[in-house]
Amino acid sequence: MGNSSNTARRRRSIEAIPRLARAAIAAVRHALVWFLQAAGRQVGSFARRHLDGGYRPEVSEQGAPRQGASIEVRNLSVAYRDRPAVQDLTGQFAAGSLTAVVGPNGAGKSSLLKVLAGILRAQTGEVRSPASAERFAYLPQQSELDRDFPVTVGELVALGGWRSFGAFRHPPDTLPARIADAMGTAGLEGFGARQIADLSAGEFQRALFARILVQDAAVVLLDEPFTAVDERTTGDLLQLVQCWHREGRTVIAVLHDIDQVREHFPSTLLLARSCIAWGDTRAVLTPDNLARASRTLAASRPDPVAA
Amino acid sequence: MSGLVHTLIDPFLSFAFMRTALVACLALALANGPIGTLLLLRRMSLDGDVLSHAVMPGAALGFLYAGYSLAALSLGGLLTGALVAASAGLVARWQPKRKEASLAAFYLVSLALGVIVVSLRGSNADLMHVLFGTVLAVDIRGLMFIATVSSATLLIVAAIYRPLAVESFDPAFLRAIGGGGGLFRDIFLALVVLNLVSSFQAFGTLLAIGPMLLPAAAALCWTRRIWPAIALNIALGLVADYAGLLLSYHANLPSGPSIVAAGGILYAVSLIATGLARTERAFAPGG
Repeated sequence: MGNSSNTARRRRSIEAIPRLARAAIAAVRHALVWFLQAAGRQVGSFARRHLDGGYRPEVSEQGAPRQGASIEVRNLSVAYRDRPAVQDLTGQFAAGSLTAVVGPNGAGKSSLLKVLAGILRAQTGEVRSPASAERFAYLPQQSELDRDFPVTVGELVALGGWRSFGAFRHPPDTLPARIADAMGTAGLEGFGARQIADLSAGEFQRALFARILVQDAAVVLLDEPFTAVDERTTGDLLQLVQCWHREGRTVIAVLHDIDQVREHFPSTLLLARSCIAWGDTRAVLTPDNLARASRTLAASRPDPVAA
Repeated sequence: MSGLVHTLIDPFLSFAFMRTALVACLALALANGPIGTLLLLRRMSLDGDVLSHAVMPGAALGFLYAGYSLAALSLGGLLTGALVAASAGLVARWQPKRKEASLAAFYLVSLALGVIVVSLRGSNADLMHVLFGTVLAVDIRGLMFIATVSSATLLIVAAIYRPLAVESFDPAFLRAIGGGGGLFRDIFLALVVLNLVSSFQAFGTLLAIGPMLLPAAAALCWTRRIWPAIALNIALGLVADYAGLLLSYHANLPSGPSIVAAGGILYAVSLIATGLARTERAFAPGG
């Protein structure tokens, strides 16, 4: 009696082995799937955050408010290449304002723009704006770009739509029309297939303006947009700037030509590392202020050039 | 006719080590296509040169520790390569005006350290091996390593091609638009180091950068578009590898230097041919 029940028990436990094994395998499989999914999510969020941070389809939707945003700067200090460039700047670019930034060479104008664009980090102080960083468009100085790089005008302008395709996605079907539109507005119709190396300085600047047009930004930052650019192009591009101003975008431009500023820019920030004057252009660009700007910088550098 | 065919393919039919060398070179050429082209477009050929020398002290340490062990040589090379890449980046940010001088210093000191370390234990033959490599000594395991690195490089470059190209042209734009910036540069530098390490056994520290840059420079003479330049770069790399191996076999020359010399000839021919064509166009009537 006892013997047979023992055998039965043994048989039952032997029969249980495959079941247990199956359960163990299932458990391991579940754990593996869970682990892979978790790892996949981690990789995905890492890629989204660090590799494809520029993809913001919600921002690039047509009809997004193009109303300019104000930018508030508080106690901002910036160093560029180890040298103090901007010192303790406080003030506000009003929403929809059109401001020229002028000052002697080495006054920190470009560094200020780079910080506003999010390219350079401020040493101290802060920049505040209701517009998110993706709503800023930045025009670099021509000398900062390698104009021999093999890229076509069409490709360069298409970069303006980066938010709608980012690092990995196919560009939306509406993009080619937007590119053609922008190139037409900038006076580059039919230039799409040309290499940028074959453009004149003026045409290249038009292409960069077309890229900004595609970006459809709330804040436009222009670093010396008319340097080395011919007169006719300067006129056309100034009209584009005026157009952005009328549309209500906030525009900030680093400029050298004081007469041009007086004629076209309602507000001015006169910079010589620290702020010399900031406000209405007529009130800022007085001979007295300009002389003070040169003196301030000459105190620390031997080669001041009046703006 | 058949004599010519024999000259062209016999070495590879007769000797397994010639076949392995050829396949290894082809695998290297595939990865060198995008890496070399992007290095040139980013005007970073000097940086590449520095990194190829930076691989040496680590590889030499690996040699000191484990002899001709592929794993030890590669791991050591990767470590010092990454170290120098990181420190070169830091110095460039910290003292931008002394970047060129710092790079030259890195390159010379790496070379000197490498030679010193190898001399501690090795012979002159070992030193030659580390400096100039031995394509013909690549075995199956070495080939697997090269093929793995090349495949990974191609996949990664394909995956991040768009931001990588944009970052090469206009890093400030990518940064301003929130698309990341420095990260792609770092990934690219890591790929450069990785490929230099995988080229190390075949071409040594002094020549590893050669197959990477020379076909790329030749390709960029002919085309002004990135993708075609990469494709042409790979094709020219294959031609240089094949011609160099053949030359080294028939003329009994060292194989690595022969391949690099063949690449140099391709570049010279491209430079002269496209230069002549340009001059002709410029002086053409009505042009």
